[in-house]
Amino acid sequence: MIRKHSRRYAAFAAAAIAVGALAGCSSSDDTTDEATTGAADGGSADDGGTAAGGTYTWWDPYPQHTDGSDWGNRVQACGDEAGVTIQRTPYDTTALTNQLLLSAQEGTSPDVVLLDNPAVSTLADTGAIISMDELGFDTSAIDENLLAAGVVDGTAFGIPIGANTLALYYNAEILDEAGVDPASITDWATLNTALEAIDASGKRAITFAGIGTEEGSFQFLPWFWGAGADLTELNSAAAVEAVQLWVDWLDKGWAPQSAIQNSQNTAWEEFLDGQTGFVENGTWQVNSAAEAGFEADYITLPAKDGGAAPAPTGGEFIMAPAQSDEARYDVTRQIIECMTTPEGFVETAETFAYYIPPTAEGQEQFIEAHPELTVWVDAVRAAKGRTSDNLGTDYPLISEQLWTAVQAAMSGAMSAQDAMDAAQEAAAAATGN
Amino acid sequence: MTVASAAAPAPNGTQPKPSRVKQVRHPNGSPWIAFGFAAPLVAYLLAFYVYPLIRSIDLSIHDYNVRAFVQGNAEFVGLEKYIDVLTSPLFPKALWNTVLFVGISIIFQYAIGLALAVFFRNTFRLSGILRALFLVPWLLPLIVSASTWSWMMNSDSGIINSFLGAFGIGQINWITSPDTALTAVIIANIWLGIPFNLVILYSGLQNIPGEVYEAASLDGANGWTTFWRVTFPLLRPVSAITILLGLVYTLKVVDIVWIMTKGGPANSSLTLAVWSYREAFGTGQPAFSPAAAIGNLLIIIALVFGLFYVRLQRREEH
Repeated sequence: MIRKHSRRYAAFAAAAIAVGALAGCSSSDDTTDEATTGAADGGSADDGGTAAGGTYTWWDPYPQHTDGSDWGNRVQACGDEAGVTIQRTPYDTTALTNQLLLSAQEGTSPDVVLLDNPAVSTLADTGAIISMDELGFDTSAIDENLLAAGVVDGTAFGIPIGANTLALYYNAEILDEAGVDPASITDWATLNTALEAIDASGKRAITFAGIGTEEGSFQFLPWFWGAGADLTELNSAAAVEAVQLWVDWLDKGWAPQSAIQNSQNTAWEEFLDGQTGFVENGTWQVNSAAEAGFEADYITLPAKDGGAAPAPTGGEFIMAPAQSDEARYDVTRQIIECMTTPEGFVETAETFAYYIPPTAEGQEQFIEAHPELTVWVDAVRAAKGRTSDNLGTDYPLISEQLWTAVQAAMSGAMSAQDAMDAAQEAAAAATGN
Repeated sequence: MTVASAAAPAPNGTQPKPSRVKQVRHPNGSPWIAFGFAAPLVAYLLAFYVYPLIRSIDLSIHDYNVRAFVQGNAEFVGLEKYIDVLTSPLFPKALWNTVLFVGISIIFQYAIGLALAVFFRNTFRLSGILRALFLVPWLLPLIVSASTWSWMMNSDSGIINSFLGAFGIGQINWITSPDTALTAVIIANIWLGIPFNLVILYSGLQNIPGEVYEAASLDGANGWTTFWRVTFPLLRPVSAITILLGLVYTLKVVDIVWIMTKGGPANSSLTLAVWSYREAFGTGQPAFSPAAAIGNLLIIIALVFGLFYVRLQRREEH
């Protein structure tokens, strides 16, 4: 009897150990795994957020900057200054958005996060990030048009760490050969004349990124706004005219078919090939343009009737996700302040191939160091936030319809008018207006 | 205190009798031990199969916009999201694209896979190496093969167009024209699926005893009749499972379409799976509820095919 008992207990113990081991496996890496699996384990919601004392978590969308890179070191230096260690995790932009939403749901948000500016209003709406007022950060020094993307109902929920925008780069050799003077391009008509001349000289006239993602909308907006169109009315005559401009470029063979699926990087690579006259691309390519195998320069994107088209501002915002332990905000503020001093902005600008500082003071220091980039500073000052005009969380919904319509028109699936009519209808339905 | 603890053993003392009776009925131990051993498996199933499924259904019957997702207070909307999806103008298009994508992919993958498997059944010099080479599509990371396909199919400078150009065929805008985008992703997907079909069908062929072929050749069957009368019928169970797995696998393909066309242009290559992915992760405004609804519809479609297969198999057994 006793022997039987003991055997039974042994068996039970073995089974219990097996269960325990399994449970142990799943709980031991809780803090790191929780965010990725999203499998709710309510009980541990707190310990992830308030990681070990003195360690602050930082997420950014720059996987190209590894630990030990200039950027990585700079982030660490700001942690050192505030007397804490920063644990930095880079993600790709889309993944970062998803991770952030999951971690907000689980209560394991990082202390500091950097994310593309159209996401700010969406995150603010969820209550996943706190306002700059709540954090005790003064945003008055930041250019209003650049801060606008982070403002929801008059409250700033993040600050730009720098800003970039779009311009029209050109291959000076191809333009010379075709007899085109870049200074003559001041509106759409003169641009089209120039493109026609390049096409006649046997080169490809222009390329751009018409990809079916946010990048496609980003590239289209200067033409859209430059025609005088408004995002609340996608099927206005001006909006259709802007779509038609791109469609005509493809139909006439001035732009390659691949423009429909190009990302901005792919478009840039096409340009670097040396066979293309113009490319629409961003500030971040300045270094690459200087290293191109031909003379490359840039002009501002022209509006339909002349003057500079309002280009959309790009760039990441720095934000403070909500924490259960509010005592952490104080150090978080110090870290953010360290990243956003005028010197800090200039340093960021240099790390990221000319990310224009968002404050007047930062811009002055930047121009002093790089007088040749004054054009970009002017462009950024004139640029417009995508979520501005109080679009906020409606912007992503409208943008999705916009890029879909532009693709439909360029690929010949629909006429420009029909595509934009459909887009307006879908956008109105999605935003409930 | 002491009274209570002293009193405690008394009821316990009366209990053992019935429990001892039970122990006799289960000579191998109490049901708790059985449960203990099953527990790891049950826990695994619950955590990795049941929970995600319930969560997916939960997502689809609540209105999880981004705010509700974070705050966890999504409104219950019942089947509204399913109705939205089913009545969306995109649904018939995505469904038809899915049918074409899955159907055409499977037919070609299976036919080519089977042809290659039969071909490699006869060992010849270098056949091993050649067979291994056919597995390359399987081994390459998808991002590599999908990007390569989209470069090859580039309208202006792709190798496929320049090859076709040599025969006087004009430029085909493979992935940028709404007429050919679906064809383009199907071609790439067929290429990806051939190795899988080849491997399974080849191992199926190994199980057909050589005597059957000997008998067939004694009866004077030529290659063609041997294939149709011997190989094909004997391979039927393997073929059925290959096609079923292929179906389930192809139904949920997102990556290759996403990398090559993102479901565009103008939704011309949008399948249900890509649509679901796009709703959830492809835009700046994640819409988890419709994405989950589409995903659940896909599960139902796959389940229908699975049940069909089970029935087919049962009929075969009888």
